[in-house]
Amino acid sequence: MLKQFLDRFSWVDFFMRLLQVAAVIVIIVGIFNSLGATKYTSGQWVTLVFAGLAQGSIYALIALGYTLVYGILLMINFAHGDVYMAGAFTAVFLANSLAASGFLGAQPVISVLLLILLAASVSMVLNVVVERVAYRPLRGAPRLVPLITAIGASFTIEYTFRGLYGAEFQSYPIIPALDGQFLTLAGFEIPWTQIVVLVAAILLMVSLYFFIERTKIGKAMRAVSEDKEVARLMGIDVDKTIMITFAVGGALAGAAGVFNGIFRPQGVFFFMGFIPGIKAFTAAVLGGIGNIPGAMVGGLFLGVFEAIGPNLILEGLGIPAVNQLRDAFAFTILVLILIFRPQGIFGERLAEKKA
Amino acid sequence: MIKTLQENFQKIQKFALLGGIVAIYLVAVGMVETFAQRNLIGTSLSLGHAFLVLGPIGVGILIAQAMKESETKSIYVAGFLAGALSSVSLILFNIVIQIFVIQADPDAVFYLRNMFVSFTPTAFEFLTFGQGMVLGNILLFLFFGLMGMLGVSFLRFPDKIRRGWINSLIWVLAVGLFSENVAQILRELFGPGLGKIIFSNKSMNPVAAIILFAVVFAFSYFGLKKEASDKWAAMPEEKQKKGRVFIIIMAILFVAILPWLVGLFLSQALFIIGMYVMMGLGLNIVVGYAGLLDLGYVAFFAFGAYTMGILTTTGALGRSDLNFWMALPFAMLIGVLWGLLLGFPVLRMRGDYLAIVTLGFGEIIRILALSNWLAPFGGGAQGILHIPQPEFFGLSMNSPQAMYYLVVLGAVLAAFVTIRLRDSRLGRQWMAMREDEDVAEAMGINLIQTKLLAFSIGAAFSALAGAIFAARLGNIFPHSFNILISINALALIIVGGLGSIPGVVVGAIILIGLPEMLREFAEYRLLMYGMLLIIMMIVKPDGFMPEARRSQELRDEKDTLPKQAAGTEG
Amino acid sequence: MGVILKTKNVTKRFGGLIAVDKFEIDVQENSISSVIGPNGAGKTTFFNCITGFYKPTEGKIIFDGHYIQGLTTDRITNLGISRTYQNIRLFSKMTAIENILVGQHPHLKTFWFEAIIKNKRFLKEEEDALQEAIRLLSFVGLSGLGDQVAHNLPYGAQRRLEIARALASKPKLLLLDEPTAGMNPNESRDLMNFIRRLRDELEITILLIEHDMKVVMGISEEIWVMDFGQKIAEGTPLEIQRNPRVIEAYLGRGAASGLNLEAKGVEA
Repeated sequence: MLKQFLDRFSWVDFFMRLLQVAAVIVIIVGIFNSLGATKYTSGQWVTLVFAGLAQGSIYALIALGYTLVYGILLMINFAHGDVYMAGAFTAVFLANSLAASGFLGAQPVISVLLLILLAASVSMVLNVVVERVAYRPLRGAPRLVPLITAIGASFTIEYTFRGLYGAEFQSYPIIPALDGQFLTLAGFEIPWTQIVVLVAAILLMVSLYFFIERTKIGKAMRAVSEDKEVARLMGIDVDKTIMITFAVGGALAGAAGVFNGIFRPQGVFFFMGFIPGIKAFTAAVLGGIGNIPGAMVGGLFLGVFEAIGPNLILEGLGIPAVNQLRDAFAFTILVLILIFRPQGIFGERLAEKKA
Repeated sequence: MIKTLQENFQKIQKFALLGGIVAIYLVAVGMVETFAQRNLIGTSLSLGHAFLVLGPIGVGILIAQAMKESETKSIYVAGFLAGALSSVSLILFNIVIQIFVIQADPDAVFYLRNMFVSFTPTAFEFLTFGQGMVLGNILLFLFFGLMGMLGVSFLRFPDKIRRGWINSLIWVLAVGLFSENVAQILRELFGPGLGKIIFSNKSMNPVAAIILFAVVFAFSYFGLKKEASDKWAAMPEEKQKKGRVFIIIMAILFVAILPWLVGLFLSQALFIIGMYVMMGLGLNIVVGYAGLLDLGYVAFFAFGAYTMGILTTTGALGRSDLNFWMALPFAMLIGVLWGLLLGFPVLRMRGDYLAIVTLGFGEIIRILALSNWLAPFGGGAQGILHIPQPEFFGLSMNSPQAMYYLVVLGAVLAAFVTIRLRDSRLGRQWMAMREDEDVAEAMGINLIQTKLLAFSIGAAFSALAGAIFAARLGNIFPHSFNILISINALALIIVGGLGSIPGVVVGAIILIGLPEMLREFAEYRLLMYGMLLIIMMIVKPDGFMPEARRSQELRDEKDTLPKQAAGTEG
Repeated sequence: MGVILKTKNVTKRFGGLIAVDKFEIDVQENSISSVIGPNGAGKTTFFNCITGFYKPTEGKIIFDGHYIQGLTTDRITNLGISRTYQNIRLFSKMTAIENILVGQHPHLKTFWFEAIIKNKRFLKEEEDALQEAIRLLSFVGLSGLGDQVAHNLPYGAQRRLEIARALASKPKLLLLDEPTAGMNPNESRDLMNFIRRLRDELEITILLIEHDMKVVMGISEEIWVMDFGQKIAEGTPLEIQRNPRVIEAYLGRGAASGLNLEAKGVEA
């Protein structure tokens, strides 16, 4: 009996389990200490949660692009974060002109819609071009090959926009109508910018959901993601469907770029897509990659977790200046999820046959 | 002829559009304008021109390919037309600049240049040859047409002339491009005289360019190179062997005196190339042999550098007073250790997730190095200062040349280990795993061991490079260890050819050496890397120096191989 | 002659689907036997359970005195089971020789550091391995093709190379998954003879999955028939041919004569 057990004993599994237990203990100890210290009021926690939700809705919009593409091509569009950057970076100039001309103050709704339209178009076109140039010629190649071109595409986009718009940081103008306005909810004050971003993002996500579920194009997309060959036999133009998938993903990312500008005006530059890109990918995996509602929930979840996590967990462990570690915290979540639960929280595992 | 043109007009339009997009892209991202600062020949022909004409020349080549069957004359006309039409995008660009930049008010609500930084009057000036709106654009149109014809000529010139034509152009452009460096070498070898005749104003003299052109052309035309190789092939075996030994000795000598030829500045570039060769060799084991796409490779570089820093610094963060040589093994050991530690959790992971997780590791480590939390160990954003340079028998190796030798030694060591391992059981295990993980396991290969060995050996090379890097610079900061280092290393092994050792060297020279030598390239380095990664994967996935397979069954009978193979197949 | 491989109650479920259902076989040492069954009956899944690609949901597999269910693939190979694949899975960018050398892995003992310093032990082992690989290459009739990259070889040669690679680990039991798939009758006959030679000269026990009835009936000493994951018959070729359940599984009710005719053709 013992021999049989030892034969099947795997050190890898053992250490992974150990790591899992260690991670859980660290989290519990951290939370316990932080809450015990009562450093933050409940108002501060609520503030963090809402900031996290707004940020998370932006991650969710980008994550949808990852998930759509992964669902259909089983590839990680590594350049997606940069597609998001392209929209945000282009629209910032229009935003500043609108602000300078006073139109933004006079007609905030139309202005924001214009910005979204511009950013979404730029990102959409760019994503379609990337698919056409970098991915389509390599369909059917070994899995690492499109990933490498995706990395190439990512850097090409970043430095193309650096060449076009320069290396300087830009920032979005403050929208006068939302500036310093708070919504009071059950005694807590929440900035209107966050509410607007959250609501708008959710509206977009809901409309995407209906687009996929109800329209003919959406059905074609689902069919192609199930089985390309069969879809082709059913008379679906697979290339066109894939193109539309990239277009939709790109448009959502572009819109996310403008929302990001409303919520957090500073820091618009050519490399701004890199970190949100990875985080959005985390969100997509969190929700189960290929799963559309999963990406939305994953994004919101990640945003909140990232907002409160460092204060809730790391501070309790006696780590100074936890705000510096916010990104590291998000990446750690990514790593832990990919290691321990690659199928995501909803558990939709993409079948991977071995033999 | 008119008929041929009409038939092919759609193609002409299509290619012209493509060429126009390329041309305006290169101008709009500012490449042309930046590169215009580097003169190639005299003061009139610059690198900017070379980039500007990439579009129309490409169009000409495409036309020549597409109209292979047509008569030569009509192809040239088509090439001219397509080339000229591809200038339309730039003519529009000129008009836009004229209206929205030159004549516009910079303080207006929307001023184009605030957005597009490369839409400058200088660019306008460059594109119109300083001849103003009307004449300049006409010249541009004609110039692009001629360039289209030039592109056609690359394929349509009579064979003998063609080779000479292309070779001479490449030689002249290359020598012009590296004017400063070639001049420096000539100065070291022959004194200041010769360099001054050939080069002036950091570019080549037009007369010298013409002479070089003629010489290379003559060489190609009279097939001197082929004659030499024929002679070589005709030589008896023994003599060839001697010749090979001679070539190897010359190569070693060349590598040895190189830093004294090229001067201080380029020695530094050579040092960096050598460092990347080391890293490339390590990453080549992980990605090229074992097939594990690691995007966090910089982490091990950082561990090597930080270990060296912490162990040897004379500053406040120092934890021991080891010298460079004593700290070196520790740096590698720490690299191996982290290679194992970070490799362990990803053992079960699929290719694309592996890439993202390793990327995550790399970023986490950089952020941690920056944080106040770990500042007591690694200095946080202030980094580690006062890392002493290595001493060699009491002599301080504080010149770039001395460090160059150190790095060459390291690279040779890494190459040696790589070759030995590649030709062993372990190398076969790696490659089998790269081809098909499941089947490899069914061959009795322990995947865990095999993967961990790849990670840790790769990490050791990277840590070694990092340790030398730290000692060379004397101080290290977290900013030096960003994702771009991983991308550099990845790009160079892909361009050279995954799994190929000469490929690593060639890749490092092209991708690391060029931007180090040409300041203008530095700004667009990552743009070009990105494009190269895409283009290589589509056009030449095996790289410029593909991994060669060994002949093992018929070791000494290379020449008889095809016959025997054909014989047994039937 | 004893039993070299015994499966007890082996079951594999994927979610609700039962791919292999309490399948039991006893493979005699130094025999040639087959598992047959219609497409999708679960034969390859059963093979995958034996070789450790899948962990059986239930049941025991005893090979040469060891319980091997749930062991990792590499350890099962090291115990002496080797296999080929239905759709050829060579290391396609490596040469034929290198493929065989990889197959010899379980018998190579040098440590990687010995390869760096190239000590005598390493050089000798590599040389022996190479000679053995060349010998195997000629055994399967591929002499002279050793330096070709595997995916450049013709289809039949790839099948043979895969067998050579499987033999390189010196297995006691060789599992062949549809070795004659895609071959014409002549090639199939050659392969049958070759398989007999393997058993006779190398004394390897062979277990086949096969579709080609001529091959199965002509070569096997014992046959198990699988349908929907279950064993529906076992016995000698003659017994199997006369078993109405088998005929039904293959051809549906009332089509018994067809299979008999085909089988007679073999014996003639």
